[in-house]
Amino acid sequence: MTELKVENITLHAEDTPLVQNASFSLCSGELIALLGPNGAGKTSLLRAALGLVKTTSGKSTLGGTDVTTLSPITRARRISYLPQSRPLAWPNTIRDVVALGRFSHGATLGKLKGIDAEAVEEAMAACDILHMQMRKTDTLSGGELARVHCARAFAAQAPLLIADEPVAALDPRHQFRVMDLIRRYVDNGGGALVVLHDIALAARYADQLIWMKDSKIHAQGTPAQTLTESRLRDIYRIKAKIDGLNIQIEGAL
Amino acid sequence: MKTKRILLPVLILASMLSIFMACLLGSTPLGMGRVLAAFFGQADASDSLVIWQIRLPRAVAAFVVGAALGTSGAALQGLLRNPLADPGVLGVSACAALGATFALYYGFVGLNAWMLPISAIIGALVATAIIALAAIKTRSVVTLILIGIGLSSFAGAVMSLLMNLAPNPFSLADMINWMLGSVANRSFNDLLLSGPFLVVGVLILFVTRRGLSALTLGEEAASGIGLNLQRQRILVVLGAGLATGAAVSIAGAIGFVGIVAPHIVRPFVGHDPARSLLPSALLAGVFLVLADIGVRVLPTSSELKLGVVAALIGAPAFVWIAMQRRASHD
Repeated sequence: MTELKVENITLHAEDTPLVQNASFSLCSGELIALLGPNGAGKTSLLRAALGLVKTTSGKSTLGGTDVTTLSPITRARRISYLPQSRPLAWPNTIRDVVALGRFSHGATLGKLKGIDAEAVEEAMAACDILHMQMRKTDTLSGGELARVHCARAFAAQAPLLIADEPVAALDPRHQFRVMDLIRRYVDNGGGALVVLHDIALAARYADQLIWMKDSKIHAQGTPAQTLTESRLRDIYRIKAKIDGLNIQIEGAL
Repeated sequence: MKTKRILLPVLILASMLSIFMACLLGSTPLGMGRVLAAFFGQADASDSLVIWQIRLPRAVAAFVVGAALGTSGAALQGLLRNPLADPGVLGVSACAALGATFALYYGFVGLNAWMLPISAIIGALVATAIIALAAIKTRSVVTLILIGIGLSSFAGAVMSLLMNLAPNPFSLADMINWMLGSVANRSFNDLLLSGPFLVVGVLILFVTRRGLSALTLGEEAASGIGLNLQRQRILVVLGAGLATGAAVSIAGAIGFVGIVAPHIVRPFVGHDPARSLLPSALLAGVFLVLADIGVRVLPTSSELKLGVVAALIGAPAFVWIAMQRRASHD
């Protein structure tokens, strides 16, 4: 079982703290939602956890090894990362984009063999894009593109997944479809850390919630433990009524 | 699918045919039989001389220069994720030409013949490194192209300065050759001098090709899937610098082939930068061989420069490609 363990990470951009003293761990079979307002430091925390940025202090370990000592290939085989901005430079086919998920396994586009081809087709089937695999990505809708990126992330068959706002700008149906895909990945033994802005969606799908504000983690725990009216007021500065996992947002404070 | 599979065989055939045609055509037309005889050492001395000393080296020079520029263009486009990148537009060729002019001008070449390709390569590497550094800071390709224009203008200005301050009678014609590009009067010895650098540069670019595919996803996702970004940048800069510098030391600054060839190739290879390298190299090679045949057979009073012909075709293509791009690409 692979575990990502982040211990006391602090991260600065020049003198401004982006993340302060953040700790959490991500295990297989667990779906964690990372919540917090814009600028809370969520993306910076993810990048630091992946070893993509230099931290001021603290460390992130993957299966006991410091992530900054791992080669990019080794890290990529263990954690799949779906960043927030997902530009596609060329109008490739869907199949080629998903095949890039096999990069760390040495796959070459256009010459997929054996397990690489299987993994790519399995991921495309799971995301329901197998039937249109030869379409070019510049002809796709936002919902279709989101599924292509998910398939790309799943194709690596890494034990862990970190996804930064995978459902941003999607309509409700596609939000549910993408979260269903991530939930199924976790139920099949994966571990996922997902940044979300839809609190109800997070409460519905996640096992754990991490609440972040002003570069600090303020709380973490199950939705039942941590989703309270006072927390929404503190973290998001919104007034809301909570009944179980149902949230009724009344307005900004 | 079918066109994709025949792309490479067609291009290889076209490469051989174009070089063969370049041997056939010229001021004294040689028949097919005489050219073939010269190839296999069966011809008389004058035919052999024309083929082996004049036409074949010239055609091969045009081909390898095209291939180097085509590969560099395709690789830089992959690295910068933009179809308008090319050693000419980004000012790499101009800086390489400046390096070469410098070496000739101060007589370094007299000390050691290797100084010519080495100086051109240093010029190319400096320009490529500046562009790559700027590319880390800015995502706007317009900015990069403006920097390229700046580098080109600067190199042009320094070359003019060298003309003004000439300590020895450095002929204007030589200078113009470097600025406009030509493969006239190249020998196999000239090719042997620059060839090794060119081959190493092109090989380095081929080594980076999987990383170029990965960069399709943008830099952050590319490092997410396991690409070592820093290494990728350094290798592409080094490869494009070596290949372009060596090409310029053979033929001077020839623009736009590095844009046009990859642009034509891309739809046939699924828009994958990795798969576009080899076809771009071959097509750009064929382009320059054909353009050079045009230069030689066109009945002009003084011979046109190859770079001028390449720009006459390439510059309008550049404008057209730029106009096709949607604003969202920036």
